[in-house]
Amino acid sequence: MLEIKDLWAGVDGEPILKGLSLTVNAGEVHSIMGPNGSGKSTLAHVLAGKEEYEATDGSVQYLGQDLLEMAPEERACEGVFLAFQYPVSIPGVSNTYFLKAAINAKRKYNGDQEIDAFEFMQMVKEKSKALNIDTALLNRPVNDGFSGGEKKRNEIFQMAMLDPRLAIMDETDSGLDIDALKVVADGVNSLRGDGRGFIVITHYQRLLNYIVPDFVHVLNDGKIVRSGGKDLAQELEEKGYRWLKERDEAHGG
Amino acid sequence: MSSSEIEELQQIADQEYRWGFVTDIEADEAPPGLNEEIIRFISAKKKEPEWLLEFRLKAYRRWLEMKEPNWQFVKYSPIDYQDIIYYSAPKSQQDRPKSLDEVDPELLRTYERLGIPLEEQKMLAGVAVDAVFDSVSVATTFKEELEKAGVIFCPISEAVQEHPELVKKHLGTVIPIGDHFFAALNSAVFTDGTFVYVPKGVRCPMELSTYFRINAANTGQFERTLIIAEEGSYVSYLEGCTAPMRDENQLHAANVELIAMKDAEIKYSTVQNWYPGDEEGRGGIYNFVTKRGICAGENAKISWTQVETGSSITWKYPSVILRGDNSIGEFYSVALTKMKQQADTGTKMIHLGKNTRSTIISKGISAGRGQNVYRGEVRVNPGAENARNYTQCDSMLLGDRCGAHTFPYIDVRNHTAQVEHEATTSKIGEDQIFYCQQRGISEEDAVSLIVNGFCKEVFRELPMEFAVEATKLLEISLEGSVG
Repeated sequence: MLEIKDLWAGVDGEPILKGLSLTVNAGEVHSIMGPNGSGKSTLAHVLAGKEEYEATDGSVQYLGQDLLEMAPEERACEGVFLAFQYPVSIPGVSNTYFLKAAINAKRKYNGDQEIDAFEFMQMVKEKSKALNIDTALLNRPVNDGFSGGEKKRNEIFQMAMLDPRLAIMDETDSGLDIDALKVVADGVNSLRGDGRGFIVITHYQRLLNYIVPDFVHVLNDGKIVRSGGKDLAQELEEKGYRWLKERDEAHGG
Repeated sequence: MSSSEIEELQQIADQEYRWGFVTDIEADEAPPGLNEEIIRFISAKKKEPEWLLEFRLKAYRRWLEMKEPNWQFVKYSPIDYQDIIYYSAPKSQQDRPKSLDEVDPELLRTYERLGIPLEEQKMLAGVAVDAVFDSVSVATTFKEELEKAGVIFCPISEAVQEHPELVKKHLGTVIPIGDHFFAALNSAVFTDGTFVYVPKGVRCPMELSTYFRINAANTGQFERTLIIAEEGSYVSYLEGCTAPMRDENQLHAANVELIAMKDAEIKYSTVQNWYPGDEEGRGGIYNFVTKRGICAGENAKISWTQVETGSSITWKYPSVILRGDNSIGEFYSVALTKMKQQADTGTKMIHLGKNTRSTIISKGISAGRGQNVYRGEVRVNPGAENARNYTQCDSMLLGDRCGAHTFPYIDVRNHTAQVEHEATTSKIGEDQIFYCQQRGISEEDAVSLIVNGFCKEVFRELPMEFAVEATKLLEISLEGSVG
């Protein structure tokens, strides 16, 4: 469903991704790991279409379309979902109102009718129960005054409600205690399959104990330097990113 | 349209003058300029009693000695007061557009988007034969219901004739004749406006809004409103309209006086959307308004809510004098300036009585090259034991060519007072917009979602129906403000 070929991208003309290639097929969970500054978040933002990230070379095909040509909201309506590392707050706008606006935007894009209030509430009830989300959270303004854990749970809840085809998790595990981590992981696991693709970006192997990926890729200096199965994550955890760098240098870059 | 339908329409049109709110005045007009003769002419035209003529002349003489204020943070070219026509009868049917086809399509598009019924659109656009099918019957029903409750609700010129003792007793008691330049000018030349009287213990049976909205054409540029709520009464009044109104007068200087007796409550809501002028600010309305209420008795409450999106210049400070012990004053405001609009607005809360409380919530939004000023005064006099005030004033900037300014004045002369002031300024975040976009919401919808969230505390004070319209209005006003 997603095919990234030799992608070069950066901010203010400064390249961060330097020839990244990655293919994600429907139903697969890919984990991207890498040290700070390797370009993990840049990849997430380029895929979601954040303005200041500019792709200068290479291509990204998503469901047969040129993803880079699409506006951010178009990508979202086509099923690309980004769970943010730092979800912003929108004071005065309730979570449910926001979600309804998002669902209706997507429906409008697809030429469908707006969701009716009853159907929407049923869906909220069902999904919040399945994900073990406190409904009190849903009536509060979007992420306003939320704790770190609440924000991440809210991202997972939005993901469940919006039913994406490609979900990108940008360091969703950062700053979470073990209980919150489990909730997030359970949420992702319950959404696995169904032809949905996942890109799980993380700094630590810890999350991958709960979300077991099909593939692990190591990103370093804007490129994928190594790919493998779930064992690669374990190896990294033991030896550290330094191990890869040293190995790279030994191979002459 | 068949001939019988036209006939029916004509009949209804004629009826409106019989039953309606709008006073029938012979079609003529005073020459431009202002002098005592003009004031005598206005007063005579309106067949006013001697005391009111004296009131006007006294105000005029005070006005002559006054200077136009220049402390406000707005810029405009000097107004030639001798070039204004101070009295003109409503436009005759021949001078008006014959049908909606002759009306600016841009205006019609806005009406449509606001969901204003066709007949009402005609009225707002000043189309001839403004027979509003529903409004005639509705207005009549309203009038009967109000009469039954003992509520007087009529043009102030009619009140001068029918209830002179009430008008004479209260007019100019909250805003004295010589209060300031524009207030004095209004007192000298006001043409019409609204009069509301709610007797003791009566809860006004309806929001005085719908009625007003469908009858308020041609209130004139020097509007005068007087609302009196007797002991233990309640009234909610809504002026203005979300739809942009056609008007040829550039200067609007209204005076609004509210009087709440013991245990009475007045809720006054405004939605102002006068013509803001073109991109360069040319031709927009100058909205220089004096609004003041007094909580005259114990436990009285006055609440001002305003949504200001129109006019090229808005200059107004709806205020409350808290004289009665335990009385409450509230001010909730949303002011949006875009293009080259300027707004200098806020409130004054004057605490005189014991245990008086006031709340000020102000939300300023600036876009384009708009300038938005909050200016507010909280005064606690020596006798106001245990007075409390809470002020929150938030500004939001869209783009980098607009401005937001805050000038709070706090004057406390009693050590038991508790006064809080909170202020924030935020730029609408690209991150916020991107977050919405990532969920499928377009940039324009994202901006209106974020701005409406920002204004929520004020919108929830508006009567339900108008809160919905105000939300929509903001959405339309913000179009093209980003990107």
